[in-house]
Amino acid sequence: MNAEGAKIASSHHLDSLFRADRLPHILCPGCGIGPAMHCFAQAMLESGIPLERHVCVSGIGCTGRVAGYVNVDSYHTTHGRAIPFALGISVVRPDLKVTVFSGDGDLISIGGNHFIHAARRNINLNVICVNNFNYGMTGGQAGPTTPLGAKAATAPYGNAERPFILPYLAAAVGATFVARWTALHVRQLKEAMVRAMKKKGFTFIEVLAPCPTGFGRPNNIGDGLEEMERYRSRCVVNHRAALHELDLDLRRIDQPFVLGNFVDIDRPHFRPPMIEHGPAAEFGRDERSAERGGDGMEGAP
Amino acid sequence: MSSGKRVSGGEHFMVGDHACAEGALAAGLEFFGGYPITPSTEITEHLSRRMPELGASFVQMEDELGSLAAVLGASAAGARSMTATSGPGFSLMMENIGLAAMMEIPCVIVDVMRGSPSTGLPTAVGQSDVMQARWGSHGDYSIVAYCPNSAQECFDLMVKAFNTADEYRIPTLVLMDEVIGHMTERVMIPEAAKIAFSGRKRPVRPPQEAAFLPFKADGDGVPPMAHAGEGYKVHFTGLTHDEKGYPALNAEAHRALVTRLVDKVRLNAAAIVEYEGLHLDDAEVVVVAYGCTSRSARQAVLTAREKGARVGLLRPITLWPFPEDKLRRLLRKGVVKRFVVAEINMGQISREVERLTQIPVLRVNHPGGAMILPEDILEAALS
Repeated sequence: MNAEGAKIASSHHLDSLFRADRLPHILCPGCGIGPAMHCFAQAMLESGIPLERHVCVSGIGCTGRVAGYVNVDSYHTTHGRAIPFALGISVVRPDLKVTVFSGDGDLISIGGNHFIHAARRNINLNVICVNNFNYGMTGGQAGPTTPLGAKAATAPYGNAERPFILPYLAAAVGATFVARWTALHVRQLKEAMVRAMKKKGFTFIEVLAPCPTGFGRPNNIGDGLEEMERYRSRCVVNHRAALHELDLDLRRIDQPFVLGNFVDIDRPHFRPPMIEHGPAAEFGRDERSAERGGDGMEGAP
Repeated sequence: MSSGKRVSGGEHFMVGDHACAEGALAAGLEFFGGYPITPSTEITEHLSRRMPELGASFVQMEDELGSLAAVLGASAAGARSMTATSGPGFSLMMENIGLAAMMEIPCVIVDVMRGSPSTGLPTAVGQSDVMQARWGSHGDYSIVAYCPNSAQECFDLMVKAFNTADEYRIPTLVLMDEVIGHMTERVMIPEAAKIAFSGRKRPVRPPQEAAFLPFKADGDGVPPMAHAGEGYKVHFTGLTHDEKGYPALNAEAHRALVTRLVDKVRLNAAAIVEYEGLHLDDAEVVVVAYGCTSRSARQAVLTAREKGARVGLLRPITLWPFPEDKLRRLLRKGVVKRFVVAEINMGQISREVERLTQIPVLRVNHPGGAMILPEDILEAALS
């Protein structure tokens, strides 16, 4: 377009939120990570928390690269270990707002053990999981979210395994806020992120995102636009949905994608025991009563 | 022991694992992330009791992968941080040791060695992790590994390990063994003012003033460290990176970075290396031993001397970097005819000695489960 005289904007109002000197990013055309990252940047701004107090931690994979693009203190760690790395930051600097931004393979497969235990402990952490149903960075292999029967680079005859339903899993292991949106629902996604940032405790947001290169192509879904169109035409927002019924299969045209802010509860978040506060259970109660003055039970199923 | 103080100054009768924990507290430990494993569990248990008294954060993690990751996160946020484990857990930590080296995040990892491989002999002694400590994570990087041979040294070397980790921004290992960890003996803890402290080099200018390059090293090869939440907007990655900390995926950037990571310890080895010598001046036979084995070796050397044999002991206190200059100096004198390397593994440090000399190196090994007896070392020394 530039050659035909159209101008490329030289600046953008969110420039300060990104490491502009690292752009363009490595993500494929049609990828959903970019919009999710944009929502995250916008949410940091709207959270009212100064950028100096935001920290972004990621693991490995396409989504793991997000930590390298957002202009806050950011840590691109080992595969699967973003959550415990972030736990360390969160525990010693409880004044910081720590977000783990990573992919489904990183957080739920190789990092699955940390995910369930951080949620159980209710570590003060926001987890944003971009779910694109496959391992994108390594070229489209099957993962723990690949739908049963879907084709992947390591499932040429169709995936033989049942996938996780991530909001169901997150709620079961103790997350205090659980939402699912898509890379198309940028307003709702950004608002969910702001809500998560304003909470104490372990929050989880699943972001459904097109991966035309790794998942769309072998499953005849078409390009990123076509996948976005499926999100648009088949999504149903139901904040009170039964979480065990939230199966997803992009290939099936008869199945709705249920989106929403499914869980929003308060329970005492983790703090290491300090004896001046008395035993852990004691200060846990204090914490809970303090928090009830704030967020309340809004949106709980 | 529950003094409520960071530094429990005075004379104690203390088990090695507890002395290790007390050394960490005296050094200013602020975050511990660990997973119980024999024979290091007493370190973890002791810290779970002591840290809450001091306002320091103790977290029992879900596994050793998470333990070291949490330690690195806490340290990246500015806290002196450590974990403690044994062989199987140490194996699980290998990938994040590489991350610590690459991100230059200081941390202390205690490995109380037991009989290995695999689950091996959980409750019995081994010195099986010496080469893993040096080479266990993939690629080239540098670490420092201290090896105490008494409860007192468990305390002293923990203080030193935290200072070394901070000074060079490296993972620093303390390789104890089951005997040293579970042996109770006299420990003198100095008063707080006498505990040596050298912290991290930090950025000198505030973040608003000038663009800070978080991985631009000073002349000593070590970059000043900015912590999370200080406004420098740092990026840390395990990928090969440039001085900004940005990924730089090419051979030139890789050469510059990895060379510097290796040189931080290689070029400062003279300042880091520690060893103890006994009767080395005229020794024709030099016994090399470390950890609990050095105590048997010491007895063997004293007995040999009583018999009139010119036997000496070289005890590396830093296993890594290995005191190779000392070994070379001994060789240059031309008096040494033979080395005897005694260790509770099938031959690990003996490879270092063999690498450095042409004269015979006798090995005294067994794979773990019991200490090596002074008689076995003596026999090799006099053979």
